[in-house]
Amino acid sequence: MSKHVHTYDALVVGGGGAGLMAAVYLTRQPGLRTAVLSKLYPTRSHTGTAQGGISASLGNMGEEDSWEWHAFDTVKGGDYLGDQDAIEIMCREAPEVVYDLEHMGLPFSRTDDGRIAQRRFGGHTQNYGESLVRRSCYAADRTGHMILQTLYQQSIKHGVRFFDEFQVVDLLIDDGGCRGAVALELRTGDLHVFRSKALVLATGGYGRIWEITSNAITLTGDGLFVSARCGIPLEDMEFFQFHPTGIWKLGFLITEGVRGEGGILRNSEGERFMERYAPSLKDLASRDVVSRAIYKEIRAGRGIDGRRYVHLDATHLGADVIEQKLPEIADFCRIYLGIDPVTDPMPVQPTAHFAMGGIPTDIHGAVLALDGSVIRGLYAAGECACVSVHGANRLGTNSLLDLVVFGRRAGIAMADHCAAAELLPVGDDPAGRARADLERLWATAGKDGEKAAEIRREMSELMMNNVSVFRTEELLIEAKEKLAELKERADRIAIDDPSRGFNLDLTEAWETQGMVVLAQVITECALHRTESRGAHSREDFPDRDDENWLKHTLAVLRDGTVEIGYKPVSFTRFEPKEGVS
Amino acid sequence: MRVKFKIYRYQPEVREEPYFDTFEFDAEPTDRVLDGLNHIRWQMDGTLVLRRSCQQGICGSDAMRINGANRLACKVLIGDVGAKITIEPLMGFRVIKDLVVDMDDFFEQYRSVLPYMITEKPPPEVERLQSPAEREVYDDTTKCILCAACTTACPSFWSNRDFVGPAAIVQAHRFIFDSRDEGTDERLEVLGERDGVWRCRTIFNCTEACPRDIKITRAIGEVKKAIALKGA
Ligand SMILES: Cc1cc2nc3c(=O)[nH]c(=O)nc-3n(C[C@H](O)[C@H](O)[C@H](O)COP(=O)(O)OP(=O)(O)OC[C@H]3O[C@@H](n4cnc5c(N)ncnc54)[C@H](O)[C@@H]3O)c2cc1C
Ligand code: SF4
Ligand code: FES
Repeated sequence: MSKHVHTYDALVVGGGGAGLMAAVYLTRQPGLRTAVLSKLYPTRSHTGTAQGGISASLGNMGEEDSWEWHAFDTVKGGDYLGDQDAIEIMCREAPEVVYDLEHMGLPFSRTDDGRIAQRRFGGHTQNYGESLVRRSCYAADRTGHMILQTLYQQSIKHGVRFFDEFQVVDLLIDDGGCRGAVALELRTGDLHVFRSKALVLATGGYGRIWEITSNAITLTGDGLFVSARCGIPLEDMEFFQFHPTGIWKLGFLITEGVRGEGGILRNSEGERFMERYAPSLKDLASRDVVSRAIYKEIRAGRGIDGRRYVHLDATHLGADVIEQKLPEIADFCRIYLGIDPVTDPMPVQPTAHFAMGGIPTDIHGAVLALDGSVIRGLYAAGECACVSVHGANRLGTNSLLDLVVFGRRAGIAMADHCAAAELLPVGDDPAGRARADLERLWATAGKDGEKAAEIRREMSELMMNNVSVFRTEELLIEAKEKLAELKERADRIAIDDPSRGFNLDLTEAWETQGMVVLAQVITECALHRTESRGAHSREDFPDRDDENWLKHTLAVLRDGTVEIGYKPVSFTRFEPKEGVS
Repeated sequence: MRVKFKIYRYQPEVREEPYFDTFEFDAEPTDRVLDGLNHIRWQMDGTLVLRRSCQQGICGSDAMRINGANRLACKVLIGDVGAKITIEPLMGFRVIKDLVVDMDDFFEQYRSVLPYMITEKPPPEVERLQSPAEREVYDDTTKCILCAACTTACPSFWSNRDFVGPAAIVQAHRFIFDSRDEGTDERLEVLGERDGVWRCRTIFNCTEACPRDIKITRAIGEVKKAIALKGA
């Protein structure tokens, strides 16, 4: 047995918006012992980068709004793959959670009469698609930052126990359910066993699998990897959103707001090419449509200087609009590109942004096994989970909402579970498997072998070229073969650093091994789905095929291979209609 | 361009004393200092450690001394600092390994100012009202990302580690001047104590160091004034 064993009622893995929301609700239960494990200090989580806002049909701006319209937009935006029971819950509870955040102290921007201010965002409409509505509640261009700060403040107020810089590397799961987790204490290199009655995974996304991404260097999909290794299925992994306007090479997001204010996309010939692809919505067509258009332009040789980017031109907006409405973006361009958006167009390319797929859960955040039964004591919430509310494509501002609604629901459900459940026993050496994995890596220190950085580079370039905005059978099969090689090489990674404490070399190697496996899962799912829907675009199967494909993909790892299954989509009130974009 | 990174190293499991290591390589002037550090880690020496995450100046992980000034490594371009770059950990906290410092005391100071909304009155069914003008008063201090660049640039903090430090005062300011909050008295009590705001000698190092351009010295001044008014 490991020398460090901790026992809690509830464990939260991940200190972003989803994890902290669960933690706040758990600690409101008197007598419940809760701890948060996070590989980063919680305030370093990527929730802090979200700028746009959080959606809720408050109708604060003198325009009528309703949760049913919000639900319709979400279903339609997700190309009818979202589960409508979950979507209804999310949209109905949205006003309540936004008020909840306000009561916790979140400094929302305000209307003149002192209410929460709201603005427009792509895809959010009045009266089932009639016209855009102001539904996004925001705190300047720092909404995610303020959500993260506010929830961290509340966690401190309620005395949440934090284990900062503890990286979960294995879960304790067997037929009886989840019994806890094994975590590496980064500072010392020691393994700790955490026993629990209920555990929620809230480890965020995995954009780092692609070369160009808006995601932090730490968004490596650990939660999905440790789950998949325990036989838990992953849902809809072929659906990953590429945001059309990432800064060239760096991948950071240039918010949709730039095009909302009138920014225009141009190719090397100076042409406003979106007029050809989406004659009515033009530059403001949905994210997947614009990303595909940019890709096609680049492929046709109309990238700027023959390179892999086009221009986002905001120079005609004038200095006032840019300074007042888009200060952070102007700042980004000046610092990182040395250009001024007032006088120069910005170089942009599609960037891997958001995971629609993830660990399958029910509407209480409980994780579901392949047969649809609940895995006792295991929950998931936030970007690593798939409820599924985003279906095949997420609308802007719906992710922050997803985090707080389902983070809260998971927290409440876990508290109920803990009140009734007993702590399950663990075996003699619960950290055994994790220790073997890490010791194997440690033993390679200084020896010859594959370099994790090189494997990451090859994998992320491969995924960017073959498994991103456009996919074909040929590209996917090639990716599959190369990933198999990369997987083998990843097993032979050798690290430089032999030390125990703060061994970043070791944790990056471990994360790389996990990402290669997730890349294999994504590719296999994409290969199987022979249709185009939302973010998954098959050039060889360009149409949506409701007859055969109105179903969720479930992928399971078995002895190193990926097995594919399916489950039905839940419908309540909206029948699939052909999309118009 | 050819660059030379001179980096503070401390590898306690291998060597008792800290030392400097130098790495030379080719970089673009538009590369961030963090890109340079990643290049070293991934191509030259995997034992170098630092904290980093977002790479875009919002998570607060990678504050460090770059040519003597506290900066976020992801928010400084190599071309802007020159071909010779000296990189050291933040000053004033114990170094754990290379550029990684022990942040426990920093977060302890942060906690000491009750950095959360305190209200007695039950909230309404909907949002509490707050006018744009009331919201504006504390806008600046909500930007803080807890990177510690300010506190570790402060001579008053270097000479007295019990000083609560500028970052914690910024966090307290954010609530003291929030019209919805009712915990001002308690917070001013903490900050009025010996190791509170009065240790600030208005040196302005903090304001210069802040990667979020928060007017820290001004915020501290406003808190001092609030305490003085309350005492009067
Ligand atoms: C640039 C950008 C802008 C965005 N803008 C918007 C927007 O305007 N509106 C919107 O709705 N959505 C937006 N999104 C999406 C949204 O911000 C994210 O989906 C969301 O913040 C994810 O939150 P999370 O809590 O699931 O994960 P994160 O905030 O990423 O947190 C993950 C947590 O898990 C921890 N963790 C990870 N692995 C481990 C491990 N092995 N062990 C222990 N801990 C671990 C990390 O330390 C971290 O605390 C944006 C995303 C990006 C990248
Ligand atoms: S006030 Fe500025 S320098 Fe200080 S911790 Fe906050 S963001 Fe960093
Ligand atoms: S890495 Fe996030 S602030 Fe620099």
